[in-house]
Amino acid sequence: MHSDPSLSTHETRRAAPKKRLLTQQQRADLRRVVGKLLVTLPAFALGITFFLPLAWLLSSSLKTPQQIFDLPPVWIPKPVMWSNYVKALTAGNFGVYFRNTMILAVTTSVGVTLSSTMVAYGFSRIEWPGRDALFFLLLSTMMIPFHVTLIPLYIVFSKIGWIGTYLPLIVPYFTGGTFYIFLLRQFFRTIPQDLTDAAKIDGCSELGILWRIMLPLARPAIAVVVLFRVLGAWGDFTEPLIYVQRMSQFTLSLGLMLFRGQHNTQWELLMAATTAVLAPTLIVFFLAQRTFIEGITFTGLKGA
Amino acid sequence: MKRFIPARLRNMTRWERRRLTTGLMFISPWIVGFLAFKVYPIVASFYYSFTYYDLIGAPQWIGLENYRDLFVDRYFIKSVTNTLYYMVLAVPSGLTVAYLLALLLNRPLYGRSVLRTVFYLPTIVPTVASAMLWLWILNVQFGVLNVALKSLGMTAIPWLAHPRWSKPSLILIHLWYMGNTMIIFLAALQDVPQSLYDAAKVDGAGAWRRLRHITLPITSPSILFNLITGLIGASQTFSLVYVLTNGGPANSTLFYALYLYRNAFQYLRMGYGSAMAWVLFVGIAAVTVLVFRTSGRWVFYSGD
Repeated sequence: MHSDPSLSTHETRRAAPKKRLLTQQQRADLRRVVGKLLVTLPAFALGITFFLPLAWLLSSSLKTPQQIFDLPPVWIPKPVMWSNYVKALTAGNFGVYFRNTMILAVTTSVGVTLSSTMVAYGFSRIEWPGRDALFFLLLSTMMIPFHVTLIPLYIVFSKIGWIGTYLPLIVPYFTGGTFYIFLLRQFFRTIPQDLTDAAKIDGCSELGILWRIMLPLARPAIAVVVLFRVLGAWGDFTEPLIYVQRMSQFTLSLGLMLFRGQHNTQWELLMAATTAVLAPTLIVFFLAQRTFIEGITFTGLKGA
Repeated sequence: MKRFIPARLRNMTRWERRRLTTGLMFISPWIVGFLAFKVYPIVASFYYSFTYYDLIGAPQWIGLENYRDLFVDRYFIKSVTNTLYYMVLAVPSGLTVAYLLALLLNRPLYGRSVLRTVFYLPTIVPTVASAMLWLWILNVQFGVLNVALKSLGMTAIPWLAHPRWSKPSLILIHLWYMGNTMIIFLAALQDVPQSLYDAAKVDGAGAWRRLRHITLPITSPSILFNLITGLIGASQTFSLVYVLTNGGPANSTLFYALYLYRNAFQYLRMGYGSAMAWVLFVGIAAVTVLVFRTSGRWVFYSGD
C-alpha cells in the first residue's frame, strides 16, 4: 500500500495507468475483492464443517434401514423415506410430548415476561433507596450453582405434593428470571426520562406508565425474553427429568430419551425423531435470528 | 421501638418513603422468588449437608460425617478429577476456537451474516437432540467420523466407548457449541476503535503485533466474562453426559454434577448430595475469586 503512487503529482505517473490493463481504482478494487475472497473461502470451509453434523442428521433421518449402514456413506438418501417421520412420531407418542412442551413453553414465558418486566421496571425507572444494592444482590444470585438449590427445592416440592405435577417447572418463573430482569432493565434504561416524566405530570401511576408507555416501547426486548424462554423450554432436561414422573407428562427431551431406549439400533427412526424435536427451534430461530443475536450481544457486553 | 428503625429510614421524607414502597412493590415478585428459591434452599442445603436424610424418615444430625466421607469416596474423587480435567481442557480450547471464529468474522468477507448464523446454530439445538446426533456421528462401527478416518487410511477411534477417548470426545462436542461465546467476542471486536489500528500500522506494527498489543488487551474484559461463565458452566456439565455416556465407560465421564444427581435422586442420599453441592459452591466461588484476582494483570479497562 505504501508504494501506491496515487498521490504523485508527476505527469508521467498520472499518465502511466492508461497503458495498463486496469486503472488504479480498478486495481485497488480487485485487490480488495481478492483479499475478501481469501478470508471468505476458509471461513466457509469452517462454516460447512460446523453445519455438517446437522446435514448428516437430516440425511440419516430420510434413509432406509439398509442405506443407513451403507459404505461408503451416502449423503443423498435414495429413496427418500418420509415415512420414517410418520413411523417415529407415532411410535414415540410425540404428539403428547409436543403438547406438553408447548404448555410449559407458553406458561413459563408468560410468567417470566410478566414478572421480569415488573421487576426490571422497579430496578430501572423508579428511584428508591437501596435499589442498586439489591440489584447487585440479584446479579450475584447468577453465581449460585443450580445444584446447590436443587436438593432442598426437591424436598420442599415433595413435601407439598408438587412432584409429578408441572408446578415445580412453572411456578418459579412467575418470580422473574435473573437473566431476563437484567436484560429488560438494560433496555428500560435506554428509554428517555422525558417520555415518562410527562405522563407522571399528567397523573399517570407507575403501573400505568409501565403498561401504556414502556411495554409498547420494549417490544423488541420482550421478544428476546420470550424467544429465549421458549427455546429454553424446548431444551430443558434436568428439571423435567427430576420432577416429571408419568409418561403422559413427558416433554420432548424426555420423550426422545425414552424413544432411544426403545429403538436404539433403528438409527433412521431415532434421527427422524431427533430432527422433528429440533425442527421447531430451528424454524423459530430463522424467523427471529436478528432479534436473537442482538439480544445476546446486548446482555453479554453492553451490560452493567 | 422507634430506635430499631435505621436512621436512614426514619429520616426519610414522606415522598421518599412512598418511592421506596412503590419500588419494593414492583420488585416484590423477585423478592418472593429470591427468598423461596435461593435463600431458603441455600440455608437448607447447608443444614442437610450435616445430616443423614433419605426423604422417608426425619433428617438425622451426623455432624461432619458427610464431608469426611467425601474425601475417602473414590467415586467422588474420580468425579472431581474428571470435572477438573474437562474444565481445564474444554474451556480454554473452546474460548480459543470462539475467538478465532470471531476474528475471522470480523475481517472483511462475504456472507458474514450467513456464517454467523451457521456458527450460532448448534447452540439452539436442544441438548438431548444433539446428544442423539453425536451418538450417531461418533458411533464406533457405523459413525460417519470413523468411516471418514478409515477411508483416509487411519484407524478408527473408539470415541465415547473408551475411557481414554471419552473425555476428548466430549471436548470435541463442546467445541461445536461456541456460538454464544463467539457472538460476545465478535461484539467486543467490533468495538475496538479503528484509529488504534491505523496508528499501529503507521508505526509499522504487523498483524501479529496488532493482535497481541491492541485487539487482545482491548477485548480482554469479554475474555474474562467468557472465561468465568465458561468455567462455571463446565463445572456443572450434566445433561449431555447423562444422555451420551451416563458416566461411562469405566466412570471416565462420571462428572461432578452427575455423581451429585445419582446420590440425591437415585441413592436418595440427600444429606450427602447436599454436602457435594456445598463443596461445589465453595469450589466455584474459589475459582471465580482466583480468576478475578489474576485478572488485574491481564484485563484492560479503557475507563469508559
